Amino acid sequence: MPAPRQADASRVAADTVARVFHEEHGRAIATLIRVLGDFDLAEEAVADAYVTALERWPSDGVPANPGAWIVTTARNRAIDRARRSRVFAQKAALIAREAAFDASARAGALQAAAEDEMHPIPDDQLRLIFTCCHPALAPEASIALTLRTLGGLTTPEIARAFLVPEATLAQRLVRAKKKIRAAGIAYEVPGRDRLADRLDAVLRVIYLVFNEGYDASEGEALVRRELCAEAIRLARIVAELMPDEPEAHGLLALLLLTDARRPARVAPDGGLVRLEDQDRGRWSRPEIEEGSALVERALRAGRVGPYQLQAAIAAVHDEAAAAADTDWPQILGLYEVLLRVTPSPVIALNRAVAVGEVMGAASGLAAVDSLAADASLAEYRFFHAARADFLRRLGRWSEAAEAYERALGLGPNAAEAAYLRTRVAEARARGLAG
Amino acid sequence: MRYLLLIAEEEPVTPPTEADWATMMDEYRAYTRWLKERGWYGGGEALQPASTATTVSVRDGQRIVTDGPFAETKEQLGGYFLLEAPTLDDAIEAAARIPGARTGRIEVRPIADTGG
Repeated sequence: MPAPRQADASRVAADTVARVFHEEHGRAIATLIRVLGDFDLAEEAVADAYVTALERWPSDGVPANPGAWIVTTARNRAIDRARRSRVFAQKAALIAREAAFDASARAGALQAAAEDEMHPIPDDQLRLIFTCCHPALAPEASIALTLRTLGGLTTPEIARAFLVPEATLAQRLVRAKKKIRAAGIAYEVPGRDRLADRLDAVLRVIYLVFNEGYDASEGEALVRRELCAEAIRLARIVAELMPDEPEAHGLLALLLLTDARRPARVAPDGGLVRLEDQDRGRWSRPEIEEGSALVERALRAGRVGPYQLQAAIAAVHDEAAAAADTDWPQILGLYEVLLRVTPSPVIALNRAVAVGEVMGAASGLAAVDSLAADASLAEYRFFHAARADFLRRLGRWSEAAEAYERALGLGPNAAEAAYLRTRVAEARARGLAG
Repeated sequence: MRYLLLIAEEEPVTPPTEADWATMMDEYRAYTRWLKERGWYGGGEALQPASTATTVSVRDGQRIVTDGPFAETKEQLGGYFLLEAPTLDDAIEAAARIPGARTGRIEVRPIADTGG
């Protein structure tokens, strides 16, 4: 029966086309934006190339260099489109740039003329990241644009991941692209004198993408895993292209060292497993090894920053064979440096927890309580949960139960809530018994 | 690209001392020099306080003239610079160097190309 076999073959090919386009999207779009000088033109061109690939690859096979094929095909489609469009002259000027544009002699001559320009260079992707993550764009717009262009996630996928209506997300993308054009956000990697601020914004966006995938309790698990994978991929691009920026390497290390624990983080019933209770045998060794090596190398540059420090803390946790083996004095030291580099109530709270691990529950409780005056922590559920844990360890059951209940009232996700309720019940029972 | 940098500041309750005023004027003169050296300067002025503002509109052919600025906010438009700079990053750098950025805030607005 040849017909079904053929249908089968083309279905496999369609999967392959989708996968290859997803993998190559960021590189291709980055080069096309540079060549075509326009986000929307580049996106339409890639979409056209996708249709062409669906037509041809099932019979011709996947090209040897699919990235180059996509760029070339997309560009040719852009030229076709420009020809058809009423603003032909204007767009043609855009596409042709310096290369002499001769409408009658397209393919060979034009392709050869622009061969240098067409070649995807790694800088294209870096340029695109810096453009998408410009601090003049709202963070949620940067996130959406980065995932759409560099990540190749579709608008519905991103909308699902962030639990916003598709129309809202589409609008966000349109506005961001319009601002890039209208406000003159350059398509370039910023010069050394402006790099620090701009790199901060890039790293923050990648970090937010990862957290969205890692922390949120709602949304499709598959899409969320995709966000983490995407954030790691982006962090890797930035780290590889900016070898002299220790914070870029620190971020990649932090993401790997955190992602390593993913397999042990959720119980079969969907509940969240706390770090100390996780089955460490299920942690991803390759990610831990890569992350630890990265952060060690980054720290040797002598320009310490918050991502390197957080990665170093994650590495200490990840390297402990059992929770009891955790080198808490080292973690405490790292939190103290982190607190000096980026003072924040949340970091102060983490330091207080480390104090408790090093010097005992009473010292920990005192350290936590010394932060009670901070208004932002009063509404922070982990503050109350940390306090409750120290009270529990000190056997102050009724106070512990109260503090766990405070935490419960501050909107924990389902898994945390389950954990907190167990603790409340335990503390109440022990309180009555004692 | 052309940009308008709008300087919004809280207006002082009491007028500045002569020395403070002279320091501020020096800073603005130095800033204007810096813009000109780069070839970015396209004009700029300080404005009289918002209490001297008059707001005008026309509705159904009827002219409405009211005392005061657009909106009664804590920060008021105190001056502006017109800029001719290559990219938004350059405009942001220019905005950050305006002396008023340290006390007030600067809005960076790209100027629309209306083809005129």
